[in-house]
Amino acid sequence: MAKLPISNLPIAESAQTDRLKAAENTKQNGKAPVLDVQELGIDFGGLTAVNDLSLQVYDGEIVGLIGPNGAGKTTVFNLLTKVYKPTRGKIFFDGKDTAGKSIVDINKAGIARTFQNIRLFGNLSVLDNVKTGFHNVKPYSPITAILRLPKYYSAEREIEEKSMELLKFLELDEYASVTASNLPYGAQRRLEIARALATNPKLLLLDEPAAGMNPQETEELMRMIRFVRDHFKIAVLLIEHDMKLVMGICERITVLNYGMMLAQGTPEEIQSNPEVIKAYLGE
Amino acid sequence: MKTASKLFSPGGDKMKRGRLISFALVIAAYIIIEILLKTGNLSSLFKSLLVPVTCYVVASLGLNLNVGISGELNLGQAGFMSVGAFCGICVSGMLANTITVPVVRLMIAMFCGACLAAVFGFLIGIPVLKLQGDYLAIVTLAFGQIIKSIFMNTYIGFDADGLHYSFVESKFKLQPGGKMLLNGPMGATGTQKIANFTVGIVLILIALIIIYNLMISRSGRAIMAARDNRIAAESIGVPISKTKMLAFVVSAFLAGAAGALYGLNYATLVPNKFDFNTSILILVFVVLGGLGNMTGTIISTIVLLILPELLRSLQDYRMLIYAVVLILIMLVTNNEWLKSRVKGFTSGKAKGGA
Repeated sequence: MAKLPISNLPIAESAQTDRLKAAENTKQNGKAPVLDVQELGIDFGGLTAVNDLSLQVYDGEIVGLIGPNGAGKTTVFNLLTKVYKPTRGKIFFDGKDTAGKSIVDINKAGIARTFQNIRLFGNLSVLDNVKTGFHNVKPYSPITAILRLPKYYSAEREIEEKSMELLKFLELDEYASVTASNLPYGAQRRLEIARALATNPKLLLLDEPAAGMNPQETEELMRMIRFVRDHFKIAVLLIEHDMKLVMGICERITVLNYGMMLAQGTPEEIQSNPEVIKAYLGE
Repeated sequence: MKTASKLFSPGGDKMKRGRLISFALVIAAYIIIEILLKTGNLSSLFKSLLVPVTCYVVASLGLNLNVGISGELNLGQAGFMSVGAFCGICVSGMLANTITVPVVRLMIAMFCGACLAAVFGFLIGIPVLKLQGDYLAIVTLAFGQIIKSIFMNTYIGFDADGLHYSFVESKFKLQPGGKMLLNGPMGATGTQKIANFTVGIVLILIALIIIYNLMISRSGRAIMAARDNRIAAESIGVPISKTKMLAFVVSAFLAGAAGALYGLNYATLVPNKFDFNTSILILVFVVLGGLGNMTGTIISTIVLLILPELLRSLQDYRMLIYAVVLILIMLVTNNEWLKSRVKGFTSGKAKGGA
């Protein structure tokens, strides 16, 4: 995919109006970003995987993170979700410094993610996969469960309803009782999104959501991502190699190369940026 | 224990059906055995097996929660049984004069034994469950051996002054009229046999209720999620070590209750009874019954405990046949053709019903 020329790709009409809206929301109103990454960097031994990355994501925005293979995109996601501890720099989420938080804490704070190599709970049903996402949204104690107190029934009913609703949004409701590992590939990717949404996030990180999908499925996915953003009023940060998707739905794009930020801007700006074209096509 | 593809999952109706079958099986077995007892058709050999079988069923169910549902290998279930057993014996011995109703005393002893085993489970779990891999297996294996050695060297008794304990026999003295509860390598002697079959069945039912209610809940989903994909579970806010701890502690709790019932079924009980072989035996019941499959665990425990006794007349060939049966069960349960047959049969039946 890295060899695809990225200029001259159509930019969807709706995406353009979205972008205008987003620009109004963010820059002109001077609202604080939901995610504010400042001079982030991480070294693995002598290797600098990410360096000096600054990135802001505002409420209700869809931001793309692109770059050639090995540019450090997934490493950025792992830094944002606290799988790795940054060597340098700071990550502010919702105005608060996230230093010292655990993976679980960061999810509770409102960042949910999907994985490049799908990670579902393979032995659980599709419905149970989504229900698991409500772990901290509708909590009750194990004692409540064992004794089947009234709170168990009220919480479970609510979890069931909301899970089915999420499955409907992502067109997975027909699979509700299917074991997750038996799902078709595209549906597995959508299930990861549904499960992430169940945790009630403010920011959704999608790691190559369209990988392995055919153009038709990608089209459908784009519609879903936009719908998810509008319906749940959340920000989306996504990594993707499919330039049609990136250019079609992202309001802003950050390009990474060798762990460094190469360019940042609107799809139009990125498409015409000579540095970016050089990184993708070589000299 | 990373054989994720064969693990059980709660698929709504499927799960509820499994639960129904388990309860029906236990209650039916109880009714049949009670009828046989009343009509006097049960040999003394079988009568003597009734309570131990219920104890092992409960211990296996607990272990299945730990190994099948939570996916952590535990090689020290017998250790938790022994904690429960000796705690239960001590509690029952101390309360012998104050609480005269045997059933009440048995309940209290079982509850104390279960709680102490759960505490031990918690303490072991703190360092181990933070790690990934087979550390739990190693540590529980060591725990089983250590707890056996400790009980081999523990002397507990009580007299007019209260409870006394020592780890050195020569230093241990009781006033006249005092009673010895634990006597080092001799174990517990002179225990009042207050265990009975009905309590054992009730304990199985309670164990099933605890396990199924836990499995079909937020905690159960979290436990299975942590088993299926640790990283994904963490990413949606499931604290891994806490959920694994829950399964481990409940497993130890059930083993403790089972151990107390077991201990109070015999006049004497030596610490050597709960050695590594017993832990492996329980693990065999669980694996052959099916990881995560509670009904299967109950059946395999019953069959594999009674079988050696039935084969006693064959004397030396007994263990040979037992081994062959184990191998056969493994072959049969892994036979795809047979599995598809069984599946076709049950789904065909379901269609006919609808």
